[in-house]
Amino acid sequence: MAYSDQVMDHYENPRNVGKMDDKDSQVGTGMVGAPACGDVMRLQIKVDEEGIIQDAKFKTYGCGSAIASSSLLTEWVKGRSIEAAESIKNTEIAEELALPPVKIHCSVLAEDAIKAAVSDYRDKKAASSDKA
Amino acid sequence: MREPVYFDYAATTPVDPRVAQKMSECLLTEGNFGNPASRSHKFGWEAEEAVEVARRQVSDLVNCDPREIVWTSGATESDNLAIKGVAQFYRKKGKHLITSKIEHKAVLDTCRHLERDGFEVTYLQPGEDGLIRAEQVQQAIREDTTLVSIMHVNNEIGVRNDIAAIGEVCRQEKVFFHVDAAQGAGKVPIDLSSLKVDLMSFSAHKMYGPKGVGALYVRRKPRVRLEAQMHGGGHERGMRSGTLATHQLVGMGEACRIAKLEMKAEAARTLALRQRLWDGFRDMEEVYANGDLEFHVPGIINISFNFVEGESLIMSLPEVAVSSGSACTSASLEPSYVLRALGMNDELAHSSLRFSVGRFTTEDDVDRVIEQVRGAVEKLRDLSPLWDMYKDGVDMNKIEWAAH
Repeated sequence: MAYSDQVMDHYENPRNVGKMDDKDSQVGTGMVGAPACGDVMRLQIKVDEEGIIQDAKFKTYGCGSAIASSSLLTEWVKGRSIEAAESIKNTEIAEELALPPVKIHCSVLAEDAIKAAVSDYRDKKAASSDKA
Repeated sequence: MREPVYFDYAATTPVDPRVAQKMSECLLTEGNFGNPASRSHKFGWEAEEAVEVARRQVSDLVNCDPREIVWTSGATESDNLAIKGVAQFYRKKGKHLITSKIEHKAVLDTCRHLERDGFEVTYLQPGEDGLIRAEQVQQAIREDTTLVSIMHVNNEIGVRNDIAAIGEVCRQEKVFFHVDAAQGAGKVPIDLSSLKVDLMSFSAHKMYGPKGVGALYVRRKPRVRLEAQMHGGGHERGMRSGTLATHQLVGMGEACRIAKLEMKAEAARTLALRQRLWDGFRDMEEVYANGDLEFHVPGIINISFNFVEGESLIMSLPEVAVSSGSACTSASLEPSYVLRALGMNDELAHSSLRFSVGRFTTEDDVDRVIEQVRGAVEKLRDLSPLWDMYKDGVDMNKIEWAAH
């Protein structure tokens, strides 16, 4: 299968690969997918007091398109508010990376990952304010 | 980028230069271009002579009578002719067939077709080692079974079935036995004078012959009868009509002659290369060779690199021509049906590559592939959340994954 230049670029030079401390109250973690299906994404965001994403990291097990989708997403969410981040649509990712139809599910997974990360961050925040 | 190293000999082989030379002598005006079925002139007689020499070369490789060799377009056609031909000819005797879950699609799809036509098929499950046992075949045989079709060597994992033992069972039960030997012929010895095999499929392009030609062995004693699938001029004693492609058959014949001559030395050499390749990986964590390595053809090895997905692994190996155990590249997102039939979990099946070496592979090629694959696996594991979890000692079977 031929990959687009955008996918190859992210695949060969993935941005923001890494792991954050998921116990940190400022960190939201989203892990989506399943090994049996051939792709698992872990996306983490670090959010400041104003609700702005300061940093993002990912690790992905999956095909080149899945890796590129998550790499692109980390670039996009940095500096955005969590509301803006969770409104990113899979179609925007698919379009930017010129994904073929059989790889659209990779962009869907990326959208699920950022939504899960934001939701995890909110849950943590709610839990800590309950304690306070 | 350098030219990729070819490690996909199980998919196809290049034509041996000696074969290409023989073929080229059967094409032009000054060459042996006649129609082997032309009885009225020298051109036809010479072409027929060349075809019969080639037939003898094929039969010599597997030790049978040349009259038992029927030319076809390849192993797929041979499988179709053998299975449909026997099933249909003997349909009044019974409508039950036996095969295995890890046959080539040419066998599986043919069986599916017969199922739609009212036949019943039993698909045997291989062991974790990828092998089908004679006892399994014995247990599956019924009153109305007419044919057993079991492959000699599996194309994805390279394991080699004990066709001698399975043949004994079939003969004893008076059931015909077909063997798809596309991957085994020319690589390991096959002696049809002692094997109780009734039909055997061969392909030229897996043994340094051209694509588009193969053969089916059809036993004469005890006699096997077939319903033809290709009708026409009654060539090949009515079993397969169509003008014989002299250059193709001559190519297959020469390929068989060379294979027989060089089999011993070549098997030792390819086995050493395969071993060198496996030795280059076996010190890595979570790397597994799939299928039994003892009952095996020399040139093929299927390896799982756990926590790395096969398609991305191939993508990061632009200089290595291999095939993925997972069928992702063919746009179906299912992992290999062969590996799954072995009982392997999906993630390991997704993480598998088939490496196959052959006549023109060198030790330098192997070393280059080892270096590149190791680099790619390390890179992708650094990117893999599953690798992180493995390293942190997380039991991934206990996680509730959201299957999608």
